[in-house]
Formats: sequence, C-alpha cells, structure tokens
Amino acid sequence: MSPKKRRFDFARLPAATGVALDERLQGATLLRRALNKVFPNHWSFLLGEIALYSFIVLLLTGTFLALFFDPSMTEVMYDGSYTPLRGIEMSRAFASSLNISFDVRGGLIMRQMHHWAALLFMAAIVVHMFRVFFTGAFRKPREMNWIVGVLLFWVGFLEGFAGYGLPDDALSGTGLRIATGIILSIPVAGTWIYLSLFGGEFPGTEIVPRLYIVHVLLVPAILLALITVHMALMVKQKHTQFPGPRATNDNVVGTRMVPAFALKTGAFFMMIFGMIALLGGLVQINPIWLFGPYKGEVVSAASQPDFYVMFLDGSTRLMPDWDLHLGPYTIPGMFWPTVVLPGILTMLPIFYPFIEARLAKDKASHHLLQRPRDVPKRTALGMMAISFWLVLTISGGNDVLAEKFDISLNAMTWAGRVGLFIVPPIAYYVTYRICLGLQQHDREVLAHGVETGIIRRLPDGRFEEVHQPLSTGHLEYTGTPVPKKMNKLGAIGPAIRGFFFPIEKAAPPPAARQVAESPAPRELEDTSKH
Amino acid sequence: MTVEHIRGGHAAPAEDFYVDDPAHTRFDLVKEGLRRDGMEIVHYEPAFPPGRKGRVEKRIERTIAFLFALSGLLAVAFVVAYIWWPWRYELPGPGVSLASRYYTPILAATLGGSLFAMGFALAIWGKKLLPHEVIIQDRHAGPSSPDEQKLTGAAIMNVIDDTGIKRRPIIKAALLLPAAGLGAAAVAPLVGALIKNPQDGHPLLKTGWSPKLNGGKPVPLTRDDGTPIRPEDVSVGGQMTVFPGIPGGATNKYADSPTLLIHLRQEDADALRASIAESQAKLAAGAKVQLPVVDGMWENFVAYSKICTHAGCPASLYEQQTNRLLCPCHQSQFLITEQAKPIFGPANRKLPMLPLAVENGFLVARSDFLEPIGPSYWERPVEITEQEANE
Repeated sequence: MSPKKRRFDFARLPAATGVALDERLQGATLLRRALNKVFPNHWSFLLGEIALYSFIVLLLTGTFLALFFDPSMTEVMYDGSYTPLRGIEMSRAFASSLNISFDVRGGLIMRQMHHWAALLFMAAIVVHMFRVFFTGAFRKPREMNWIVGVLLFWVGFLEGFAGYGLPDDALSGTGLRIATGIILSIPVAGTWIYLSLFGGEFPGTEIVPRLYIVHVLLVPAILLALITVHMALMVKQKHTQFPGPRATNDNVVGTRMVPAFALKTGAFFMMIFGMIALLGGLVQINPIWLFGPYKGEVVSAASQPDFYVMFLDGSTRLMPDWDLHLGPYTIPGMFWPTVVLPGILTMLPIFYPFIEARLAKDKASHHLLQRPRDVPKRTALGMMAISFWLVLTISGGNDVLAEKFDISLNAMTWAGRVGLFIVPPIAYYVTYRICLGLQQHDREVLAHGVETGIIRRLPDGRFEEVHQPLSTGHLEYTGTPVPKKMNKLGAIGPAIRGFFFPIEKAAPPPAARQVAESPAPRELEDTSKH
Repeated sequence: MTVEHIRGGHAAPAEDFYVDDPAHTRFDLVKEGLRRDGMEIVHYEPAFPPGRKGRVEKRIERTIAFLFALSGLLAVAFVVAYIWWPWRYELPGPGVSLASRYYTPILAATLGGSLFAMGFALAIWGKKLLPHEVIIQDRHAGPSSPDEQKLTGAAIMNVIDDTGIKRRPIIKAALLLPAAGLGAAAVAPLVGALIKNPQDGHPLLKTGWSPKLNGGKPVPLTRDDGTPIRPEDVSVGGQMTVFPGIPGGATNKYADSPTLLIHLRQEDADALRASIAESQAKLAAGAKVQLPVVDGMWENFVAYSKICTHAGCPASLYEQQTNRLLCPCHQSQFLITEQAKPIFGPANRKLPMLPLAVENGFLVARSDFLEPIGPSYWERPVEITEQEANE
C-alpha cells in the first residue's frame, strides 16, 4: 500500500488548533461566553477606558525612558548636545534626562508623551469618577470597586509625584523640597520620617534613586494589581446601565464584546494613543532644559505642579499662618492642608457609598443608573465637592492669575480663603434647584406634552401654545430621558444628515404641517385646562 | 426570564436543538450559543441588505479603505522620518539648518496621524458596516443560594476543625510567637536600614555656616563660584545670594545654607536697628516676642536665610520698593526692615538672620544661624545659643 502523501490542509488549521487547545484546556464554553459578553452603549462608559489606555501608553513610553534614564545623584559636568548648559555641574539624573531630550533619537517625544499620558490618566480617572458618582454606579453591589477606584486615584497621584521628582530639574527639586516641609509637619514622627526617607538632610543623594524604584517598580505594580482587580470586579458584576427600553435591574442590554464593542474600543484606543502622540510632539511640556538643574537657592515665580497636585498647592497657599504650640512642641500650620485634608479627602469618598445607603436605609442591589437630576441631594453634594476642589486648584495658580490679570496677589489669596467657604454651599443650592427644575420640566412634558411652538388664538381672544402629548394615557415618571422637541417625536423630520455639509435634501415636515393646518382635538391638549 | 436555569445560572441545551443538524446555519448555532449563555438577540439587522452593493455602502467601504491606506502610509512616513530626518539638536544661529527643529513635530504628526486614521477607520467600520444588534444578557446578580453559602461556610469551618486548633490551645498560644516575630522580622530590615535618628548629630540644627566646617574659624560669605565678598561689592539697596565659603558650600550638599545678603539703604537700616532694639527691650521686659532676637547686622548689611520658614522653598523674590521678600511657592511675604517677620501668607516665623562680621575686609558669618532654618517641625527648638551653634 502506498498511501497518498497527505497534504496539509490550511483551511482546517484554525479549527484544528481550536480543537487541540480545547482538548488540553477545555476552554470552548468559557471562550464563547467571553466573546459574547454584553456591553451597554453609552458615551460616558468610555471615560474609564481613557484612563486604561493612557496607562498602556505610560507603560510603553516609560519602558523606553527607563532604558536611558540614570537616577544617580553623582555630580557630572554636562557635555551633551544642548550647548547652553555645557560645562555646568549637575546630577547624572538631570544629565541623563537632558540626554533623553537631546541625544536619544526620538527621546524627546517619548518623554513628552509620557508626561501628557500621565496628565490624561489622572484627568480621565477624575472624570470617570464624576460619572460613577453622579449616576449612582457606586451603590451596592459595587462599593468595593468604587473604593478600588479611589485608591487608584491616590496611587496614581503618588506615581505622578514620584515621576515629577526624577529628572532633578529646578521644578522637581522644588516639589521635593515642599514634600520635606509636608513630611516635617507630621507631629512626633516628622523628622524621623524625613531623615529616613531622604537618608539625611535634603536633598542628599538617596532620594532620587529611591523615588526611581518607587516610580518604575513598586507603584506601577500596585497600579497594575488595582487595575486588574478593577477590571475583574467589573466583569464579574457586569456593567451598570441606564434605564431604557428593555433595560431592567436583572439584565444587561447592549452589544456583544466581539465584534461590535471590540471594534469600537479598538478605535478609541488608537485615537487616544494618537492624541497623546500629537500632544507629545506638538505641545511642549516640562522643558527641563529651560529650568536648569536643581539648586537649593533657585526658584522662579509660576512654579506650578501638575494639575492634579494643584489643589494641595492651593490649600497650602490659602492656609493662614497658624502654627500650634503645645509646650515645647509645635504642630506646623502646614499639617492641616497637606496631611489632614488629603486624609479626609481619601476617607470621605471611601465611606460615601455606605453613608448614603445608611441614610437612605437602602439595602438593595442596584444595576440601573440614576440620572443626576433624579437624586438632587447627591448631585448637589458632588457639585459642592467639585467647587471646593476648583477653588483650591485655582488658588494653586493664584500667582499666575494675579500677574496675568493684574490683580493683587493678597486679594487673590483672600478671595480663595473666603471662596472656599462660600462657593461650595452656593454650588449645592444652585445644583439642587437646577435638578428640581429639570425634574419638574420632565414631569410637565409627561403630563402635557411637548411644546410645538404653535400659538393658537381662542374664540375669547386669549392666546395659548399648542402642546403635543406623548401619549393618550397617563405616563409615569421613570427617570428616563423625556423627549423635549418635536423632531424627537418624529413629528418634524429628523435632523438633516451630514457632518460638514448636508448629504441629503431636507424633506418637508409633514407632521408639523398637519398639526398646524388641522389640529386634531384628540392629540392636542388645551394647556389652559391644567 | 426566558431561559431555564441550572448550575452557575447558565441555560441547559435545548432538547430539540441538535448542533450537528446540517440544516442549521452558522447564525442558528450562534443564537443557540447565546441562549445557553443566558443571552437573547432581540434585534439584529444587517447594516446593508445582502446582494448588490449600493452607492452609500460603496462610499463607506472606500472611506475605510482610504483611512487604512493613509494609516499605513503615515506609519511608514514615521519610520522614514525617525531614521533619516536630521534629529541632533543644534543651537540656532547663522548657517545652522533648522531641519532638526522639526524632528519631534514630524514624529508626532506622522505617528498621531497614523493612529488617528486607524482609529477612524475602525470606528466607521464598527458604526456603519456591522449589523445593528441589541442583545439582552441575564445578569444573575443575586447572592448564591443560602444552601451554597452554608456548604461553603461548613467547608471553611471544617479547616479549623481538622487542624484541631480548638482542642490544642497550647499550639494556638505558641503560634502567636512566630506570627509576631516573623511579622517584626519582615519589617525590621526595611525600617532598620532606612531609619535615621534626628538627634544623631542634629543635622536639622546645622548648616554650612557652622564654624566647625571651617576649622573653627568664622565661615566667609562667598558667591556661587566660591569667591569671597567685600562689603563694597554690594551697592546700597542691592542684594546677593551668598553661600558658605567651605568646600562644596554652593552645592546641593548644603542646600540649607543659601542666604540672602542685603545692603540696606540708610533709612531701612535704621528701621531694622530700631526693630531689633525694640524686640530686645521687650524681651528684657519679659514680654512675648518671637525668638530668637538676633542682632546680626554689620553696618547696614543684613543676611537672611533664603529657605522659607513655611515649606522650604527659596524665599527669593526681593521687592526693593516695599522691602519685602516673597516666596513664590506659597506667597509668604517677609518684611526685611522688621527682622524679616512674615506679614502675609502661610509662613509663621521670621526668616532666620545670619550674624555678620567683617574679617580682613571680607564679610563672614559670626556664627551659624541661631535657630533651625526652614519649615517648622514637632520638636523644633525656638532658639540655639551662639555657643551651641558654633559647636
């Protein structure tokens, strides 16, 4: 017998590989479930993805930078391409940062992309947190993931601060020097912690190498672990969703992960990566060669930290000169705005889900989101917190504002001190009223219908606006979006398609004409009766 | 709920569905898979009808293909620019090519453009060409059944039973020792290696102005290049940052030592002398003044530590008109005619004054600062005697 030589069948290769893998891993069912996982569609769900994808860019660019950065504090004479600094004594850390910017091919764009990605990472975390807070997505059963999120913010904050201190330029040294002031303000243990962390007096030669290992190993490992837990909990607990057609507390309505969500999120990743690349190469950030190496006596006006640190800078600026003397001991005024305040700002959000549930006596599990207007107190509280943060952040740059707008610096400080106590309550009140107003308008439309813009004159001479009711029956208020315009009802033709120019001809609005010409009494309601 | 639930909340295979039935289309199998996973397709509509492609469909196809091509081209352009575009920094000047200035922006434009084109292509594909679908997935969000909870609880508690720790209290007690010991052992190397005792050599009380660092002689005031300073080098109303005249005195090794030397105008010097005299009189009368009161002037010269008493930034913005020093970090302001006492902002203490003298025509520090410079801390002494400072 001479069996014909079997030809390798390429068409069967994927299936055969699949079978071979399943024989070993029994993964068929699991894989299918993963591919079929349902993702709800809402734009606000993309905010967390920005943070995730910026983190990936941070890992990629950070690995590149680590290949060329040297955290050593040994003094060297700069001899690189950037002529203005040649012959100047500086640490190897600063010299190698300059080398990355000038003597490593493509190093500058990597450095700037890394910094921009860090800012985007922190900003996305903050905005994602707003979304989760204002829609009530943190409620049971997702309190744990909310806490992981709060921790991610602070660990990201720490990571950013450690990275800011690495290049040993004038700004990063100033940031570290302020950090020593903060550490020293801690009662009893301050001097011990300060000298132990810095290995002696500021700046010493230890802190930058130590920050380096913190920045490239310890904290990224914690971030990665927390992100993994964040994702795993999300997959296990499934997404929340806004109430809407077919959406209930017991299901998830949306599209499958593959292909619809995968294409969408893949596209989003490309765009975020592209945005960071554009920023990194076109918009200068942290030009350390202009700041020069860190020297204890050098600082300039407008020394601002990255935006996510500015609120602490602001709180430090606004704090009055209140040192507390207890016998021979001192609690520096700096302790309150830089140690106690961040402590409160960590613990309050961590416990918020439990506080809210306790006050509302709410033990149920919630998978449907709430619109901010439907929970006015929470929304108002959130806006109060944001306005508090904004006053502090603006105060963190009050010297720049004072200079640009020719305002007295002291007046700016006093405005911040007063504003910190006045603005948040105003924000609370205004938000609360806006929420009630929006609710009220929804109820009005549900009861009476959409304003048509058509004015009718009654036989007795009065004028009234014709309303288009949404239904012949009674409509419950359910916390879902209510159409407010006639074209949302299809009564007027839909908006003309086309982004820059119309790609179709506008059709005459038949429904509107019909309404205008022959008002049908069954559909049109006399608003004067209500 | 439309599906029957079994273990793990997933549906059983339908009895009348045969996966191997040749009549099933692939989509039938997809639906059955979804059904078994607790999902249901409630809406599924191809973006375009099958068969001949219409004008709109073709246009979308062309757009996506164009974007992919653009993405690929820009990526190649990135690689080409990365390798061949001149990239080394050159100081601008006559005859210097500007090409390298554009290196980073070109990388950004090509890489960013490529990624954006790719992103747009994928987004349009997903939005315009994929079937519109609405799938409902059961959430199965509730807790495990009470039976399950109980069985798992029993399994956990059984571990304790199996170890028999309850009937062996001596083991339980003994176990505490290694638990505490190993815990401490885990922490000890980290804490033990890092820890520095602030009382050990009192580093916070000493600066580079300590005569001990200069063989017991007063430390001269020097510029950052180490040259000493004569009083006539600073014009009236002028100021200069000075460093201790010791090896490495102007480096970050003595980052606590930078000092601002000011040659006061006559009336300002008189005001400062009056302020010091007033404080001394108050001190003698037992009234409350901020310690220490230092008479460190030499003629009309005064020197204050540049390290802000608030957070340690250099309080270095000198406003000649108002005789104020401003710290740019948190805007504390100090009045130099009143012993640099803080008059605005978060700083609470005066900037320490360096006692000045002149030896052989050069300015020197009579002693180290008579208080710790920089931010306040818990056990900070308010005053150091001149003798202690010079030890």
